[in-house]
Amino acid sequence: MFHRLSFIPGRLLRALPVILGVTIVVFLMVHLLPGDPAIAILGDKGTPQRIAALREQLGLNQPLWLQYATFLGRLLQGNFGTSLVNNRPVAELVFQAVPVTLTLLLFALILSLLISIPLAAIAATRPNGGRDLGVRAFTLLGQGMPQFWVGIMLILLVSVELRLFPVGGYGMTDAEHLYYLFLPALTLAISMAPTIIRSLRASTIASLGSDYVATARSKGSAGSALFRQHVLRNAAIPTISVIGVNLGYLVGGSIVIERVFAIPGLGSLMLTGIFARDFPTIQAVALVVALFVIIIGILTDVLYTLLDPRVNFSKEARA
Amino acid sequence: MTPSNLLSVNNLSLGVTRAKHPATTIVKDVSFGVDRGERFGIVGESGSGKSLTLRAIAGLLPQGIDVFGGEINYEGRDLLRVTPNERRALMGPEIAMVFQEPMTALNPVMRVGEQIAEGPRRHLGLSRKKADALAIEMMAKTGIPDPAKRSRAYPHELSGGLRQRIMIAMALSCQPKLLLCDEPTTALDVTVQHQVLRLLENLCDDFGAALVFVTHDLAVVNQTCETLAVMYAGHIVETGWVKDVFRDPRHPYTRGLLDSAPDFDQPNRPLRPIPGFPPNLAERPAGCSFAPRCAQVQAGCLDSSPTLMPVTANRTAACFETRTMFEGMPA
Repeated sequence: MFHRLSFIPGRLLRALPVILGVTIVVFLMVHLLPGDPAIAILGDKGTPQRIAALREQLGLNQPLWLQYATFLGRLLQGNFGTSLVNNRPVAELVFQAVPVTLTLLLFALILSLLISIPLAAIAATRPNGGRDLGVRAFTLLGQGMPQFWVGIMLILLVSVELRLFPVGGYGMTDAEHLYYLFLPALTLAISMAPTIIRSLRASTIASLGSDYVATARSKGSAGSALFRQHVLRNAAIPTISVIGVNLGYLVGGSIVIERVFAIPGLGSLMLTGIFARDFPTIQAVALVVALFVIIIGILTDVLYTLLDPRVNFSKEARA
Repeated sequence: MTPSNLLSVNNLSLGVTRAKHPATTIVKDVSFGVDRGERFGIVGESGSGKSLTLRAIAGLLPQGIDVFGGEINYEGRDLLRVTPNERRALMGPEIAMVFQEPMTALNPVMRVGEQIAEGPRRHLGLSRKKADALAIEMMAKTGIPDPAKRSRAYPHELSGGLRQRIMIAMALSCQPKLLLCDEPTTALDVTVQHQVLRLLENLCDDFGAALVFVTHDLAVVNQTCETLAVMYAGHIVETGWVKDVFRDPRHPYTRGLLDSAPDFDQPNRPLRPIPGFPPNLAERPAGCSFAPRCAQVQAGCLDSSPTLMPVTANRTAACFETRTMFEGMPA
């Protein structure tokens, strides 16, 4: 079992060039702006002295390769630069925001699984039956509604009308965090669930009609035992990769949702940075988000390997 | 055939009903009986309804196929009328099934030992440890080398022959009285096929299990079964002892099957195929289903359908001409 996971170090190693590529793109962000970045950053507050000072601070007077080398060298030391807005180290801002977004994403993932697995199972038991049509209507609706709109509707209904959950914020204690994150996580889950349901429904139908499920039935297996032991584990395999891809999108989606619910995560940090032209912050968040996506990809492969004994990414298998 | 006391299938009809379409009967009025310890073969070509009949006995009809009528009596209980729970309780300790494709019939993400142990844990109430030990013991009985190590393998790590042995070990793990086999050797190559058949016969003898063996392969029936039924287009057209039927077939279709298969005893005999194709079951001919392909067809065959009639002792055939036609014909 574990020798099949021996691909992980190699996979991490091969992620390095990707990460390096991301740093180049992130670095060039500043220089892709038309005109002088210092002027763009300062906007109408730019006096010639201030512009000159900022150029000096950003190291814009040096050749490009040297600027990149300096940027990369600082990154390796965990130095993302200093925020142009409040002069705090960007690393500090990012490390405060990362756990918030991570919790939100994980919460959203768990909620979407809690929604998807039963609905997919219900739909797959009798394809084209009444319940299946209901579930399919839900997936269509879920995919059709924009995330931010779902968020606002939930706030209006659940928070403002029913007063069950706060309209926004993050709270102070761990329990409060979960309480405050429930609605935003639910919003993300509603947008992610349809894709999971579709994939899981299709693979569950295939699994239910498979020979091995007939074998299991011939052993007297039925109901939830049959579903857990034979159907779900097989049906989950193709869905894992669907979830992996969609988690990547979810990271992007969380930026808008954090804004809607005023959550101090990476998304809020990113948007504040964009409006303030706080380039070091934007660069840092972009880099961290890219890392998220890369890590999710690797985790997907690991999970895939753990779930399906036939999958083998290790070297011996490829040789 | 002797009156049976283990399994008796009476007038079983299966088919498809779709909205706005007339119902299509796929298996029609099938009746046969199986004694304790008997080895019974059902022979027919693809689409003759032999596998569906078997699946109906196991309660594993595919979605969309319904029972139109009849009874499946197992030890006096009609399996079509017991509750789903009662029926599930029978599957394993009383009735077990071996499927055609060992490649797909095992759960790909579950260790084979665990798959064998599943039934005994459910039905015999064994602990995980005892069930695992039983699984290894069953694997040893089916001739799998190094069973303790192999029980930890996943299906894709084993060959087709080994997988089919796993299936057999699984089916026999709760000591059923009736083993249903759906072409269990079709997917295996010929040498392995022979081994697996021998194994099935020996184990059924050891466990005292009766065997219902569905196949299109006449040689396999000849080797494995004592009695057989020949199916064509959803009907049983002939039943009897295997050696009698092979020596002296009483239905033109059975004769056609035997004539179209090579015979090692007469290697120079030309193979004679049966002309034409089986009928479309949605548009069955009014008379005998085999009439359009039958060399001995008479005018009456096209009007009404013959039923199974006793021919000689322990023989039945569904053919109007069987008495006159085969009288005195050399086998």
